Amino acid sequence: MRRIAGLLLAAAVPVAVLAVLFVLPVGGMLAQGFAPQGRLDPGGVLDVLARPRVRRVAWFTLWTAGAGTALAVLLGLPAAFVLHRLAVPGRHAIRAALLVPFVLPTVVVGVAFRQLLGEGGPLGFLGLEGTPVAILAGLVFFNVAVVVRAVGAAWEALDPRPGEAAAALGASPLQVLLTVTLPALRPAIVGAASSVFLFCATAFGIVLTLGGVRYATVETEIYLLTTTLFDLRAAAALSIVQLIVVVGLLAVSARLRFTPDPGRRSATAAPRAVRRSDWTALALTLLTLVALALPILTLVAGSFRVDGSWSVDNYVALGGAGDNGALLVPVTTALLTSLRTAVDATWMALAMGLAVSLIVTRRSHGPAERRVRSVLDGFFMLPLGVSAVTLGFGFLITLDQPPLDLRDSPLLVPMAQALVALPLVVRTLAPVLAGIDDRQRQAAASLGASPWRALLTVDLPAVWKPLLAASGFAFAASLGEFGATSFLARDEAPTVPVVIFRLIGHPGEMNYGMALAASVVLATATAVVMLLVERLRVPSVGAF
Amino acid sequence: MNHARLRAVLTATTLTLAVTGCSLVGTENEQRPPAGEPSSQEPARGSGEVVVVSHESFTLPKKLTKAFERETGYTIKVRAAGDAGTLATKLSLTAGNPIGDVAFGIDNTFASRPLDAGAFAEFEPSFPGPEEYQLDEGSDRLTAIDHGSVCVNADIDWFKAEGKQPPAELSDLADPAYRGLFVTPGASTSSPGMAFFLATVAEFGDDWPAFWEDLLANDAKIVDGWEDAYYGDFTAGSDTGKRPLVVSYDSSPAFTVEGDRSTTGTVFDTCFRQVEYAGVLEGADNPEGAEAFIEWLLTDEVQSQIPELMYMFPVSPSADVPEDWAKYALPAKDPYEVSPEEIASQREQWLTEWTDLISR
Repeated sequence: MRRIAGLLLAAAVPVAVLAVLFVLPVGGMLAQGFAPQGRLDPGGVLDVLARPRVRRVAWFTLWTAGAGTALAVLLGLPAAFVLHRLAVPGRHAIRAALLVPFVLPTVVVGVAFRQLLGEGGPLGFLGLEGTPVAILAGLVFFNVAVVVRAVGAAWEALDPRPGEAAAALGASPLQVLLTVTLPALRPAIVGAASSVFLFCATAFGIVLTLGGVRYATVETEIYLLTTTLFDLRAAAALSIVQLIVVVGLLAVSARLRFTPDPGRRSATAAPRAVRRSDWTALALTLLTLVALALPILTLVAGSFRVDGSWSVDNYVALGGAGDNGALLVPVTTALLTSLRTAVDATWMALAMGLAVSLIVTRRSHGPAERRVRSVLDGFFMLPLGVSAVTLGFGFLITLDQPPLDLRDSPLLVPMAQALVALPLVVRTLAPVLAGIDDRQRQAAASLGASPWRALLTVDLPAVWKPLLAASGFAFAASLGEFGATSFLARDEAPTVPVVIFRLIGHPGEMNYGMALAASVVLATATAVVMLLVERLRVPSVGAF
Repeated sequence: MNHARLRAVLTATTLTLAVTGCSLVGTENEQRPPAGEPSSQEPARGSGEVVVVSHESFTLPKKLTKAFERETGYTIKVRAAGDAGTLATKLSLTAGNPIGDVAFGIDNTFASRPLDAGAFAEFEPSFPGPEEYQLDEGSDRLTAIDHGSVCVNADIDWFKAEGKQPPAELSDLADPAYRGLFVTPGASTSSPGMAFFLATVAEFGDDWPAFWEDLLANDAKIVDGWEDAYYGDFTAGSDTGKRPLVVSYDSSPAFTVEGDRSTTGTVFDTCFRQVEYAGVLEGADNPEGAEAFIEWLLTDEVQSQIPELMYMFPVSPSADVPEDWAKYALPAKDPYEVSPEEIASQREQWLTEWTDLISR
């Protein structure tokens, strides 16, 4: 009991932060729905769930997320193999580039896909614009990297000998894959798939920009209900459904999560040379890479077009305010704001994430303590499952009184972004910390080291690389964050995604071109950060 | 890496970040100077900050804000609150403890939401604009600042090249002669889209679903936002657009001028009027400043700049509009109207029905 009390005490600070910045705002918005005018009316919320439209929206969310996940896994597996097991030239750079879509702002991806699939775009003849296929393509575009990352890391750590033994006994490569390799990778695949499903099911910007108005998911429906229809009761009902589903998914993925065994890391097989039998995997990987590169290339090409000819004018214009005074501050200033905001979001996410990771990965004595730790673990993943709209409005109505009057604070945006990045940080650090043999800490303690000293000498050396990697991830995620930021950013200090959105929405010949150019700048900044992260070669990055 | 070095690196990084100002920590927390007494030398002047809450398409150039600050003694801070619907929701949810002093950009399609929530305080400006722009209910709280009509725009050059006549009224859009030529932003996701939808409601009454079915059968395209429609699909708005008919504003032709003519034109019998209002927020910290701001918005100095800032027409009849506007942006004379009360009570049902209809 005393250990559990100590555990809760250690968890008090991060829990309090999350309670104020997450539970309170979301609770405030839900209360608006459940108790309009202060009178509790849960029946009304249940009525909402019986509406045929709500059922249709829920079904659409489920099947697009399911199909998106399946596609991402199918395309991600060959790429994971090729990029993590074969000695392909340039594989480090490709791996870094693969992560760019994952952290690219949805606004930018929406623009890119519209350029590509629009009636006049290079793939316009397919007639995919505004169809569920376009939404699926967008979801897969975002999430292939998650599969490649998580499965690739596991594949890299996989002992090659059982497979070799099977081959020596006469198994065909396909038999080896189906009977030895895939079963061994199953935890990693299922873990990655459940994360991708979660990302797909809660995708907002991409569904809104690519799905147009005909298709709605739970997330876009909450937005519509809150802002256009002002039906807070229905929005609360959908939020609750979403929370329940996400908590369920988190529970499932926690059970299936793949933790690399640090003791086995030394046994990692070196990448082997490419053989003729690898051509299917290579071809599929090439196909995936081309499919991922197409929208980005369209975007880059578009950014260099002015009045039908090639030009860098769009980039030159980034220093100005756009046509017809579209912007209050030039894009260059916004980039500076973005970078400063990202620095703050990063340290906040790291501080919280490190504390949370330490708490959830310490060895548990007894089932009660283990349960407390896993509940805490799930608690900090919750921001993944709540719509930015709900959170944003919640901030406005709950954090408006002293001592918690944060509505005017310049740190509000970084705080919100840190919440978004937190799960990413925890999922990068926790597997590494969990892999440290507790006996090392015990040995340090028995040699007279204080708990802090043990932390510094045992945990920190193991975790510093993942810590840097996590900061890269948090930084990039903050650079690209749009949902919560657009809601909370102050007018005179917008970030780049907010500026891009503003440029797209303002008439003026230059504005659209500038939006494309700004998107390319943002994507480049993200790619550079990811490349630096890739240099650190942390296997568990993004392994949910 | 040994620990001493590691610690040194961590400390150095932290210090660098803090010292070089690569962080927002230590940035001025917006301390609002109290709205003080008018100073004794210039009795009419106020002081303190006026926080203007608006939607994301509102911009005030530095030159104008400086002028306001010089004339009145107040300083201005603009806070964008998302699109028109988000703005209305924000104001309604924060009624009584507002996020600013004055709101600008609530239009007639959303006005009743914050009015019902009690978000606005009473205020009568000294020179309100013409009667026709005022609300029937709530004119004691909301002041009309600008107006503009959402109309179908036609690419005149395209129609000339094809030897066709542009459509003349709403029902033409469902005519097979215009099959596949029309694009509109959605009513549920865009405020011009909503305005166009309301025009069809005003024209066809309860039969609007039949008209929309005909529209869809005639291969009309429905996209997310105005910008997607105009810059993505409109032939005169983008190199790759394929559709010469788009839902836009009656002011849009002023933005497609080539030489001495505009390449696009407004189909005047398809218009729905949007009026944008400003109001003092209930519970504002600086109500005097808020009132001064609204009075200032109504001066000809600001009114004559409204076309370029907001793509809307000023309410003041004495304001000058830019030359291009006077020539090419002709305000719709007899736009469709639906009362804010009817919009407020029917919006949800209409939109639900509309969304169901178009997602079939």
